[in-house]
Order: sequence, then structure tokens, then C-alpha cells
Amino acid sequence: MIPAEFDYHRAESVGDAISALADGGEGAKLLAGGHSLLPLMKLRLAAPSLLVDISGLDELRGVEQANGGWTIGGGSRHAELEDRNDLGVVARAASLIADQQVRNRGTIGGSLAHGDPASDLPAVLLAAKGEVETQGGGGRRTISAADLFRDLWDTSLAADEVITAVRFPPLDGWGWGYEKYSRRAEDWAMVGVCALVKAADGSCEDARIGLTNMGTTPLRATAAEEALRGQSLSAEGIAAAAEQAAQGTEPPGDLNATPEYKRHLARVLTRRALEQAAGLRD
Amino acid sequence: MMEAATRTSGGDDYVGQTIPRKEDARMIAGQGRYVDDINPVGTLHAAIVRSPEAHATIVSIDTSEAREHPNVVAVFTGEDLADDWKADVPSVWHPPGVEMHHPDHWPLKRGEVKCVGDPVAVVVATDRYVAADAAEEVIVEYDPKPVVVDPERALENGSPLVWDQFGTNKSHEWAISGGDIDRALADADVVMERRVVNHRTAGAAIEARGCLAEPHGDSVTLYSSTQIPHIARFQLAGMLGMPEDKIRVVAPDVGGGFGTKLNVYGDEALMCALARRLGRAVKWIETRSENLAYNHHGRDQIAYVTIGAKSDGTLAGLKVRMINDLGAYQQLLTPFIPVLGFPVMGGAYRFPAIDLHFTGVFTNKFATDAIRGAGRPEGTHYLEVTMDQLADELGIDRLELRRKNFIGADEFPYETPLGIVYDSGNYAGTLDKLLEHVDVDAFRREQEELREKGIHRGIGFSTYVEVCGLAPSRAVGPQNLGLHAAFFESAAVRVHPTGSATVFSGASPHGQGHDTTFAQIAADRLGISPDDVEVVHGDTNAGPWGWGTYGSRALAVGGEAVARAAERVQDKAKQICAAMLEAAPEDIELADGQFRVKGSPDRSMSMADIALAAYVPPDELPAEVEPGLEEAAFFDPENFVFPFGAHACVVDVDAETGKVKIVRWIAVDDCGRQVNPMLVDGQIHGGVTHAIGQALYEQIVYDSDGQLVTGTLVDYGLPTAAELPNIETDRQETPSPVNSLGVKGVGEAGTIAASPAVLNAVVDALRPLGITYIDMPLTPLRVWQAMQDAGGDGSSSNRGGGS
Amino acid sequence: MSGSVRVRTVVNGESRESDIEPRLLLVHYLRDVLGLTGTHIGCDTTNCGACTVLLDGEAVKSCTVLAVQAEGSEVTTIEGMARDGELHPLQETFHTQHGLQCGYCTPGMIMAAADLLERNPNPTEEEVRHGLEGNLCRCTGYHNIVKAVMAAAEAGGAGVPKSRKEGVTA
Repeated sequence: MIPAEFDYHRAESVGDAISALADGGEGAKLLAGGHSLLPLMKLRLAAPSLLVDISGLDELRGVEQANGGWTIGGGSRHAELEDRNDLGVVARAASLIADQQVRNRGTIGGSLAHGDPASDLPAVLLAAKGEVETQGGGGRRTISAADLFRDLWDTSLAADEVITAVRFPPLDGWGWGYEKYSRRAEDWAMVGVCALVKAADGSCEDARIGLTNMGTTPLRATAAEEALRGQSLSAEGIAAAAEQAAQGTEPPGDLNATPEYKRHLARVLTRRALEQAAGLRD
Repeated sequence: MMEAATRTSGGDDYVGQTIPRKEDARMIAGQGRYVDDINPVGTLHAAIVRSPEAHATIVSIDTSEAREHPNVVAVFTGEDLADDWKADVPSVWHPPGVEMHHPDHWPLKRGEVKCVGDPVAVVVATDRYVAADAAEEVIVEYDPKPVVVDPERALENGSPLVWDQFGTNKSHEWAISGGDIDRALADADVVMERRVVNHRTAGAAIEARGCLAEPHGDSVTLYSSTQIPHIARFQLAGMLGMPEDKIRVVAPDVGGGFGTKLNVYGDEALMCALARRLGRAVKWIETRSENLAYNHHGRDQIAYVTIGAKSDGTLAGLKVRMINDLGAYQQLLTPFIPVLGFPVMGGAYRFPAIDLHFTGVFTNKFATDAIRGAGRPEGTHYLEVTMDQLADELGIDRLELRRKNFIGADEFPYETPLGIVYDSGNYAGTLDKLLEHVDVDAFRREQEELREKGIHRGIGFSTYVEVCGLAPSRAVGPQNLGLHAAFFESAAVRVHPTGSATVFSGASPHGQGHDTTFAQIAADRLGISPDDVEVVHGDTNAGPWGWGTYGSRALAVGGEAVARAAERVQDKAKQICAAMLEAAPEDIELADGQFRVKGSPDRSMSMADIALAAYVPPDELPAEVEPGLEEAAFFDPENFVFPFGAHACVVDVDAETGKVKIVRWIAVDDCGRQVNPMLVDGQIHGGVTHAIGQALYEQIVYDSDGQLVTGTLVDYGLPTAAELPNIETDRQETPSPVNSLGVKGVGEAGTIAASPAVLNAVVDALRPLGITYIDMPLTPLRVWQAMQDAGGDGSSSNRGGGS
Repeated sequence: MSGSVRVRTVVNGESRESDIEPRLLLVHYLRDVLGLTGTHIGCDTTNCGACTVLLDGEAVKSCTVLAVQAEGSEVTTIEGMARDGELHPLQETFHTQHGLQCGYCTPGMIMAAADLLERNPNPTEEEVRHGLEGNLCRCTGYHNIVKAVMAAAEAGGAGVPKSRKEGVTA
């Protein structure tokens, strides 16, 4: 399997990449780790006319603590995140992406920009109320996770916009859990759940739950979050809230799962992720 | 019927020893030489244009744009090459007295396509990138026709027809029977009927297929990733209308086969035709998508099993009606493969009556054919799954039911009602040995404890018998079973003047380790080290004719040929030694690597001394002794061989999600005498894993429109290391009397044994919920649905334990 | 469209410079341009790992990296694992533990295992199994592959081989 022909520009800076994207017009695409784009190009499901390669830009890499939260360069690779226990749920989710070779190349910015609801990091960003910093022809802006994901493989990024950084707000005091369910270790999630829980005196002060692969975008399980707030973080309280996890979702069926099964998995995994977040489960 | 084959001579220095493989050195260094590693200067690259339609009339093919593409050398359609073929893709099973429909199967299709992936044109270009580009520019217009993918639907009146000219989708029916089945079932206290599905799978060797044809004047050399270079040449001669001596087929290093490369494919003939037309070497390496669409698949059977027993568990009779989905074509062995399971469909048990019936059906899918085990995993699956269910029906312990009906160790050779003679066995022995590793009572206590915690743990067993060592040629030949082929194997052994040796084998390996095991066999008989024996195979221009490696035959048939050829060399070496030492040949013995006069160990010669004398004859050597030290042997076995064993599988089923995790696997196998126990282990590991793949993860899925849903390794779920358990192995050794080595076969044993053990384990785990059977593959979705249908996820069920 | 692009790399300690099509996959660059056929191809979809090589010391699937993306980088393939006539410990243990049968997945498996042992020199068996989830084998059932990696870990020094980029002018 061989990609169709394209032109190639190795960007020297983010600014250079943006100009190249603008010059390249409609068929221009950014290439970072390439682990979402190149497989599609090899199957000829994508055929950009120009690839602007930002994989060599050191300015896009790095993890910094800022204002109690984290700022992660958009070009940072999953492998740079997976072993950092201080990154909490971000590290856990990154460690569960595909396999080591993929994590050695795939980037957080690329994963978010691809807008694939089956990827792990979008639901984490959504649950964490994170945001992406971008730079493009229209200047710099910040896009919240809630505004980033529009539809299947569709984000609110402009064609000439680069995710320069991904910001996670401070999550001190929040417990977390990430549950990924797949048939084989290297597969995409059939369903994944990111749970964040803030506890106070054994009950839930706040909860945020992100769902992977339960729709055309990552979703928040707002009904379950609502049900848990103010409730006891006991196994029973969590189980009751988790029953609401699939409410309002319409996941598409596929080879491995019917919509009904995915909704069932969302409920089970939400309970397990919440139990992790509440310290009731490893 | 059989007498034990006698071992004429040879020591035991190396056979039976664990010796790391000789072939590893090149492979761990990146010096393996697979088809795509061979690049004659100026090689052209072909890309095949394939049908996206499952059934359609080809209205038109426009190749003009592709022809104009820079660096494209040629584009051909089926019409363009129609005169290049003298015969279509061969199929060699024509059972006498059986009416069978044989559809045309040309390398490039004309008129109609019958399944997704059918080749309709080929583009040849200066490199593989250009070929891929230009293939996209071939415009084919199709007029779709109705599609049928379900074999039972295909047999109904009014079904769309795959082949209009046959007026039916039924290819053939074949049956075999022994004992009075009607009476046996009528007299049985319990008669149970079950529908058991054995779904379609792929071989999925990690090296996909490919070939390279290189013209030399009026000859052509084909390098192909094949298990059967000699059969390929034989059949290509017919397809291409070329004398066989003008075709050389080379199987270089082959990256796994699993049956998919036990075939003669249209693309092999196509590359030869292109090379001859263009006068250039032409290479085609398939993509994984092509591999999953257009390498033959395996299994795809539905079995209606009827089993009868007395209330005490004594088996009365077995009747199986099978529907065999052939797909749209008949490849080399397509209709035969289900039948290959018949000799052991009664398994390890005394059945007074067995009655089997096979119906081959055409559908708009690619052909099925041999995949690791080939008919025997299916037959074993039906039987071993049904045995568990019968035990439960009778209220008898599942292992006791088996034990009660085992053919006794003192009953061999044992003739089954179908006239098959099991060579040797001790079925209770492998089960006993298995139970040394598995404490079933302790397991049942643990199972109960875990169930309280919401974990469904189950244990499943399989006590299988395999038939392999294909095959006694006459028994399976044109006048009997109906294969227009034979199944002897060959070897030539050449000792060089300096005393090292080359073994030429007709059996062409793809991972089995012939370089090592055949060297061990020869070394013992030549009195030299395996390090000094090179094994050459896979080249029709080097060594004698052979039928290839498949059906767990290479050792039992090919290894025996090596042994016999080496013994002939040994006999001659003794003759030379006797002349040189002034002794009688019968007084020369081979011991401790020396040929010596019995009773006078100081009078001895090494093989190197003898070999030098053979090639540079000294005066002491009488002129009537022919020079040289080289012999050949062809071995056609008198019977099949019948490995057997007992496997146990322990699974945990997630009570909430239905996900199955194998937590333990124990395999006790008896493959006769072992040549290299480490390699036997390796075959068991891989074989078991192949069947775990089928049982839990893998399935070739076509949708109702005949579109292949599992066309990549994203969707076709080969298990990874993370899904699999360690495989604990142990062995019993009951030598086979069929060959002098006492060996059977082991390449498929694990695959034949394993799938029912998985299913039985899952059912054991879920039986308290009322679940008695689930079709494979036991995906989380299927298991969860079964738990739902049984009335809930069952995590708090208290309906009692298993047997 | 797509004129050629210059790419400079150090492959197995030797500097390489080529003008190539941007779409040329790293695996095809290694195999078809440089003639390093020890790296194999087993799928189209980044699943099988047969094409795994080390790019600047990290395992990557070379079917999913453009050769132009290796600009300025060091590439190590199976051919570069033995040093000074000494096999890499993983090559040794794959042999002694019968960790290969057809040998086709082996180069990629060894490269992935080197990355694994570089990250985690003393892995548990479970960690080895998960660490190799990006590499498919159809022959061995992984049993002996896992044993080989564990044995190499025990032998020590079985991670990513030392860089040879220094001293080579790319």
C-alpha cells in the first residue's frame, strides 16, 4: 500500500508551516507523527497534495507545569507522556494508545487534530476541561475542548492552524480513572471512559466523565456526572450514577459492538473508572 | 494390516535431542531471503486490478489512461491474455462416481466476477509505486448481479446463483458410512442433535504471498512464496502449456504458510506469462488487503451433529451432516478439505456406527481450502463440543464419558467403522498425564469461590486424535478417495569428499525447521554432526521431486525419506569401509561417529575417511564399488499416522462485559517419537494459538452484499502477545509403526486440539447461567449477548456449578 | 508535483544521502534503495510491526514513517544489531529459546524488544507481552518470544545498541 504523490515541505518553524499551509491551498495537510494520516494515505482514503512536516519542530515539544496545570507542546509524543506519573490520567490514557512504536511517533496535537472519537486523548481533554492553543493565518487563539470537536474527524481548527500546545487545568484534589475496552491490546477502544472525581468528606463534590467512541465526537456523560454530584462515593453511589452513563448517546454499531452493547460497556466502564477515581479500585 | 517398520540402522546421537535451529543464523541477522528480497536487475513490478463487486458482469475495461502513465510498461485484461492459458487454476479432487461442478477459474477474469477481489487486469511498471498509481487509473464498469453469501440460503430454491450454468449452488455431495447408524441411534437411550458452526478464517501468514518470474530464453524461473514448489511446477506446466523442464520453481525463505501457500494461484501463472511476453523479470507482492481477500480462506462449515449413547455413557453412533461453503471457486483442494476430517471425526472413541455427509456449496466469497489443520480442526470441534454436551445431558462427568469410550491402548492397530486404521495410541495415557498438571477438584473449589466474586472461571478439555502424515498415495489417489495427486516424499543425501553432507528434500518448509531436524536424522545415520549437514529444499532444479510441506507430513514422510536415503549411504559407506579394512560389510558397525569392525574398535574409519575413498578411490577399493557417495529414496507410507493428546484450557469470563481471558493452557501431546523436543514445543505453541485465534478473535466476515468487512489486520483480529497465555506442554511418546523413525506429526496438532477446549471452557464458566453453547468466535459481544439471552449478566447467579 | 527531496541519514553507522520521492516510505527506502532487506513488510495498516526499526534509538514502524522524515536521523535495522562480530543479546536468545520459526516477524520483533528493554531493563513477563503488542507473530504463539526477551533481559545489555552517529558525517 502506497500513498499517492504529494509535495513535501519540511517546516522550519511554526510560522513557516502556517505560510506553507496557506500557500498549499485546499489540499495541504499538516504532518506530525503521521500515525493517523499516513495509514489513511496508504489506503488512499486521503490524498493531500502537500504535506507540511512539523515533526522536526522542537518548539512544539515539551511538558511544562504552569499555574498548577500542564502545558504540553502539541508535537509532544505519546511516549514522552506515558511514563510521567505526574501527568495522571493524561499519562495513563497516553500509555494505552495502540502500541509502543505508535506511541513513539504519534503526537498529542496530531491525535486531537484528527478528531477521531475512538482515540483516547480527546475524551480526556474533554473531561479535564482542557484547551488547545493554536496558531494560524488568523493569529493565535485558544479553543476549549468542548468547542474543538465538531463531528467525526472534524474539528474547529482552520486548515492553516497548528495546535502549538495542549493545556490541562490544575487537577489537584481530583481523583482519576481511565478505562479502555478493546478486543486486542493494540486496538482502538470499543469504548473508553475517563472519569475525574473531586471528593469532599466521602461524597462527590464534582465529577466529570469523558466517553471515547460513543458518538461522532468524544462526549461528556453529563447525566451520570449530575447523578453523582453530592452523592456518597460508595460503590453503591457510584454504581447508581454509572447507570446514567450512556444516557443520550447514540453510538454507531460496528463489527465488534452493537449500539446496545456499547451503551452497556459505557455504563460498566464508567462505574469502573469512577471507582478508580474514588480510590475503590486499582 | 501393518507391521512395525523396522529401523535398519543408525544411532541416536542427535534424534531426540533439543538442538537450536540451524536456520536461525541467517534470520536473526536479517539475511533471510524471502521473495520480495530477490531483485534481479531491471525487475518490473505488477499491480493487479481487482473487483470491488461481489458478483457482476464486466461491462467494459478502459486501460487507456493507465497505459499512458509514465513508466508503465504494459496493461493487460483477461481478454488480452486469453490465449496465454492452456488450463485454468487446478483443482485436483475428483472422487470417482461423484457428480461435481467445476467452475472456470482463470488468472484474469473475463465476462463476470464472482467475488470481491477477483482479478480483472494487471498493470506492469518500472516500480511498485508507479504500478499502484496506474492500477487506480484502470476504469472498469460493472453491472452488478444478485449476491449470495450464506451457504444455507444458497441451497434454497430461488437463491441467486453464483454460476448460472450449473442451475444450482450445490457443487457436490459426498458421503461415507460405517456400521448401522439408523439402528445405532434407534437403540440409543439418549440422542442429541446440535448445530455447530465453524466459521471462516484466514491463514494470515505474516509474509503475505508474492512471486517473481524471470525469463531465460524459452524457460522461466518462478520464485514464489509457496509451500509446494514441485506441485506448482507440475500444475503451471499445464496452465501455461509449457514443458515441465522449462519451468523452475523456487520457494526461497517463506514467511509462514498455514495452508494459504499450499495452493497454485492464478497470479503465479500470470507472472510467468507476463515475464515471457515482456522478456523481463516481473514481480508481484500482494498487499495485506489482497491477502485477506484473495488467499484462500479456511473452515466455513455448518455441521448438524447427531450423537447417540446408552444411559451409562457408552457411545452408540455419530451422524454429521455438513454444509461446506466453498466460496465461488475450487482451488487446489477446495472441495476436499472438509472431507480430510472424516478419518478422525469419531475421535478417540469407540463408535459402533459413524455416518458422514458433506454438501459443497458455492457462494460469492473467495474459495476456502486448507488452513492449518484443514478439516480436522472442524471435525474435532464438532465432536469434542458435542461430547461435553452429551456428558451434561447424561449427567456424567465430561472426562469420565471420554475415558469410558476411549479406544484402549491394547486395541491398536484399531480399525474404525469407516475402515480407517489408527496406527498406535494410548489415549487414557495423555489424559492421565494432563491430570497430573490439573487438579480438577481443586479447580472446582476455586471456581465456586471466584463465582462469588463475580468472576466466571471455567475449564474445558479436548481429547483429540489427528490424522496426518499425508499420505498413502493409493488410498487417497484417483481410484480411491479421488485425489489426482500422490503423497510420497523424497530425499537425496550426498556426502561430499571431505565428509560433510548435503540433504536434498522435496518437502519445502516455511518455518518448521527442516534444516535442523532433517540434519539430525541424516547425521545419526552418517556418523557425523548435524552441523556438517546442510539441508537444501524448495528448488525444483535441486534435488528430487516432492509434494511439499503441509498436513503434518514433512517429518513422517519427508523425514523418513531422508532416513532411508541416509541409510543407503550408510550401507555404501560400510561397503567401502569393509573393503578398506578388509572386513565383511556386515561386520562393520557405526558407533560413536566411527565406522568400525565389530569387536575390533581400533579398526575404524570416520565418514570423512570413507568419503575421500569414495571420491578418490585408492587401490584397496575394488573397481566394482561405484565411486561417489550419494543416494536417493522415495517413501510412500503404508498408512497415515495418528497423533493424539489431551488439552485443558482455563478461562475467565468477565461477568459484566463478556470478555474471555485465557488464564492457563496445558497441552499433553503424543506425536510419536520426537526428533527435536524444542521444535515440537514450538509447533504446539503456534498450533494452539492459531486455534485460540479462531475461537476468540478471528473471523473473515462478508456482509450480505458480499463485501469483505475484515480486509485489513485492523479488523481481522490476529491475537497479540498481550492476549495470550503461556502454553504449558508435556508429552507422551507412543511410536508410530508406519515409519522407521516412529514419528507422527505435530504442526497441526495444537490447532486441531484447541478450539473445542476454549469453547468448552467458556461454556463451563457460563453453564450456571443456563448457557450450553455459543458459536465461535467467542467475542465479547457474542458472549455478552448469550448472557443477556440467558437472562442477565449473571454476576450474582446462584444456579449451581458445572460438572 | 512531488519533485525529489534530499534525505541524509546514518543507517547502521554508515552515512547515506539520497534524492527521493517525498512519498517514499522509510521501509521502502531501506529495502529498495539501500538494499537492507532484513526489514520486512507484513500489513498495510501499522498493525503487524514486521517493519520495526530504530529511529534515533526508538522503535518505529517504518511503513508509517516517510523516508524524508528520517532526515538527520540515525536508523538502526536488524542488519546493524550485531557489533564487531558479536550478536546482540536478543539475537542470541531468540536463537537459543527458539523464538522464531519462519523468521519473517523476527527482525521487527527484535527491534521492538530492544526498545522495550531499553525502557524497562527488567520487565515482568506481563510487561513483555504488553510491550510487544505492536508486533504480530503467527508461528510461535509468542511463548518462546517472551522467553527470549526475558532471557535477554537477564543477560543484560539487551537494550538499544549504542549510537554510531557520532563520528559519521551525514
